[in-house]
Amino acid sequence: MTRTPLRPLARILQSRARGENPDAIERENIRLRAEADRARAHARAEGRLLVLAVAFFLAFSVVGLRMGLEAASDPREPTMATRGGDAITANRADIVDRQGRVLATNLVTHALYAQPPQMVDPARAARELAAIFPDEDAERLEARFTREGARFVWVRRRMSPEQLQAVHDIGEPGLLFGPREMRLYPNGRMAAHVLGGASFGREDVRAAEVIGVAGVERIFDTELRDPAAGGAPLRLSLDLSIQAAVTEVLERGVAMMSARGGTAILMEARTGQIVALVSLPDFDPNDRPSPLVEGDPADSPLFNRAVQGVYELGSVFKAFPVAQALDRGILRPDSIVDTAGPLRWGRFRITDFRSRGARQSVSDIFVHSSNIGTARIAQMMGIEAQQEFLGQIGLLEASPVELTEAPQGRPLTPRNWSELSMMTISYGHGLSVSPMHLAAAYAPLVNGGTTVTPSLVQRPRVPAGEQVISAEASAAFNVMMRETVARGTATMANVAGYHVGGKTGTADKPRATGGYYEGKVIATFVGAWPMPDPEYLLVVTLDEPVETSGTEPRRTAGWTAVPVAGEIIRRTAPMLGMRPDVAGPRADAVSSMRP
Amino acid sequence: MTEMVHGAAPLRAGEAILPRWWRTVDRWTISCVLMLFGVGLLLCLAASPPLAARNGLPPFYYVERQAVFGALGLAAMFLTSMLSPGTLRRLGVLGFVGGLVALFLLPVLGTDFGKGAVRWFSLGFASVQPSEFLKPAFVVLVAWLLAAARTPNGPPGTLISLGFTVLVVGLLAIQPDFGQAALILFTWGVMYFVAGAPVVLMLGLGGAALGAGVVAYNSSAHFARRIDGFLAPELDPRTQLYFAANAIKEGGFWGVGVGEGQVKRSLPDAHTDFIIAVAAEEYGLVMVMFVLALFATITLRALARLMRERDAFIRLAGTGLVCMFAVQALINVGVSVRLLPAKGMTLPFVSYGGSSLLATGIAMGMILALTRTRPQGGIGDILLRRT
Repeated sequence: MTRTPLRPLARILQSRARGENPDAIERENIRLRAEADRARAHARAEGRLLVLAVAFFLAFSVVGLRMGLEAASDPREPTMATRGGDAITANRADIVDRQGRVLATNLVTHALYAQPPQMVDPARAARELAAIFPDEDAERLEARFTREGARFVWVRRRMSPEQLQAVHDIGEPGLLFGPREMRLYPNGRMAAHVLGGASFGREDVRAAEVIGVAGVERIFDTELRDPAAGGAPLRLSLDLSIQAAVTEVLERGVAMMSARGGTAILMEARTGQIVALVSLPDFDPNDRPSPLVEGDPADSPLFNRAVQGVYELGSVFKAFPVAQALDRGILRPDSIVDTAGPLRWGRFRITDFRSRGARQSVSDIFVHSSNIGTARIAQMMGIEAQQEFLGQIGLLEASPVELTEAPQGRPLTPRNWSELSMMTISYGHGLSVSPMHLAAAYAPLVNGGTTVTPSLVQRPRVPAGEQVISAEASAAFNVMMRETVARGTATMANVAGYHVGGKTGTADKPRATGGYYEGKVIATFVGAWPMPDPEYLLVVTLDEPVETSGTEPRRTAGWTAVPVAGEIIRRTAPMLGMRPDVAGPRADAVSSMRP
Repeated sequence: MTEMVHGAAPLRAGEAILPRWWRTVDRWTISCVLMLFGVGLLLCLAASPPLAARNGLPPFYYVERQAVFGALGLAAMFLTSMLSPGTLRRLGVLGFVGGLVALFLLPVLGTDFGKGAVRWFSLGFASVQPSEFLKPAFVVLVAWLLAAARTPNGPPGTLISLGFTVLVVGLLAIQPDFGQAALILFTWGVMYFVAGAPVVLMLGLGGAALGAGVVAYNSSAHFARRIDGFLAPELDPRTQLYFAANAIKEGGFWGVGVGEGQVKRSLPDAHTDFIIAVAAEEYGLVMVMFVLALFATITLRALARLMRERDAFIRLAGTGLVCMFAVQALINVGVSVRLLPAKGMTLPFVSYGGSSLLATGIAMGMILALTRTRPQGGIGDILLRRT
């Protein structure tokens, strides 16, 4: 504290002079000063308290005013927008086939949820719900309803109208319904792998987002959900009736050959538009199975063999060196090539399945599928030419087809593309591709030489692709294709009146541990018809087929994939609006089609 | 320092205690307090039965408890209001020591009731929040120190009181209870202001408090979440704030009607922190304005009476207590109308809570005791003295 000298000193001196005790005066001085201090403090405090009082009055006024404003504004329901993000749009566009037939649409259904605080008798509600939904357990439900702090419980994602009525009849006010749009695939398993499936995304009491989880549903998810599109359906290039026919035939074929699975792709040879795509075993997209957690993923019905199944496809690859050699003018169909076997390369021996002499024409090499001859042809052109050509026809990268699974079907190329690799690849070993790759790669070979982009979406006009081989080379190649079916390895596909051409391939399945299995093959047939100017291209692949009608089991494509493909062509060609050529070309027409 | 309250002139000797009390006490404030308590009971009747049902208790369990504790609190208020300022100061300082010890023991013996902050002692039949009782005692101690600092040759009371403030704020912050800590800090600031703090220093302290808030925001997730919830323009519909805001809107001017409110079913703290939302929903803006008017009346009357008070200790202690009381009410209502970030603060006399009711009763009793009419050395005092 500040210490002020006692004042007035003069008074004290005077009193001392008078002989009085100055202490009383000093005390009086102290008292007076303290009083003055207090008075000053009091005055200041008075002002400051007034400030405080005004401040509090203002504060109370502001709070009251704010309360009045709040009370005057309208109450709001909790909206979905406040959850962050956009409102849920619940009108997913339909998916239709090329004729406009519905492949996927929406069905209005209801979700069931409970608000335990509003429930009257949770135990009874749980009991009755368990009676309506056999897969619900009364005790578990009751436990969920009565759990401490439970305010909201989802019970069912969706239910039938009958179940809705039954739940309604329980009369429990705490059980509530939320409208839902459910994705429905009215054709069941048909085109399951193409469509993929959908499930619920963000969920709300009022609506739930339907999102695609696989196939075109996933690839075109944004477009299908886009409210700006106005619900215009997504039109696929698939044809539902053709798809159904192909599925039926392939299913029977797979069963008959005891195959593990199979796939068929029917494509327009000039445009790459896919008319049918089947992979077996398949599933019902309305009730999509869960993925396998162990074992070979290829055993799951979800596995799309057409794009995910990457295999060494065998002799069907022979088309590529042959067509390339024809295009480059190195060989003509009647050029003679040395096919003396076995062809040795280091420690490796290349042999033919059935030797047909030491010298064969290119045409015979293709028709009778000579490994040695093809390897020699590949040697004539070299590694770089092979890589360039395979790259041009799309065999070295993932297929661009509009399926989520397609990027997983990336071709497996040899790590070190040696001369030996080049020779084995020429007859279909050492390079693994999917059947979709094969279809897209064969298209330029048979359609006059332009590449195609395989596509599942209907397009009014498809721009012509890059010219990779000349029209003449393609025509000569088509002759060989036709001959293979007419007199070679694929005679069972010779459907009367449609001039089918094709090539078979039987490849031993590689073991996971290295080497190849005995008696486990991938049998493939690539067909195109009608020759000489094919409109459609068909790839049929069977996984581990066995044909047991003969004395010993037969596994080659000629006995397995080819008859299935033949049946597919016989069934679908009329549906595709093609007239059989009943008169048929004369016997010599095969070689006289082109001068 | 015993002369500190010597300015408070003794009242006439010989007059009976109760008549003298009745003559000198602020009867308006008492009426306001009683009305507040009545409103509190009424709202408790509305807000607590759903909670009681949820906890498996008889429907009026909380109402009964509120009535019992309210009676205790009012009794404490009346008893306290009869104390003389000197006794009050003595008891207050002792109470502060006790409260401080209790606060120190909290981390060891306290419980958090699963709410994430250790603030309570559980006594079985009831829980006690020591900080509620510490607050009035703290005000008394600070007032004493600040007043002492102003006497000639007095101790450096301002610095000592600041030290105690920092200690208490620190203890509250580690619980963590930033609401109470801020309240303590604010109260000290107001008292220092009234005691004659330099204006520049006050501005500096305001800046420092802002800085401390920023630090707390950055270092405590608990605190940051509350602030973020406040600053977000859209209310998350799952928060208490959203329910409260909606209840106020539902209520409108006259309310939805007695017993018709819904917010009490969805808000876990409907009977304590968000009692005003229940009032707004069932009884409308009218009831809220009435409650606010009661609080404002108590506050302004007390401040007006303190303005006349010439004794520094009484003035400071009264100011601190009244400000604490008013700010608590303002914060509680301000949170409900989203003027302030969410902060657990009870509405004095209205919110449910035994410990809070008792502590508020004692604090209000102190206010009443300190605002009793006393001779202030004015002309009118001659009349008072003569009667």
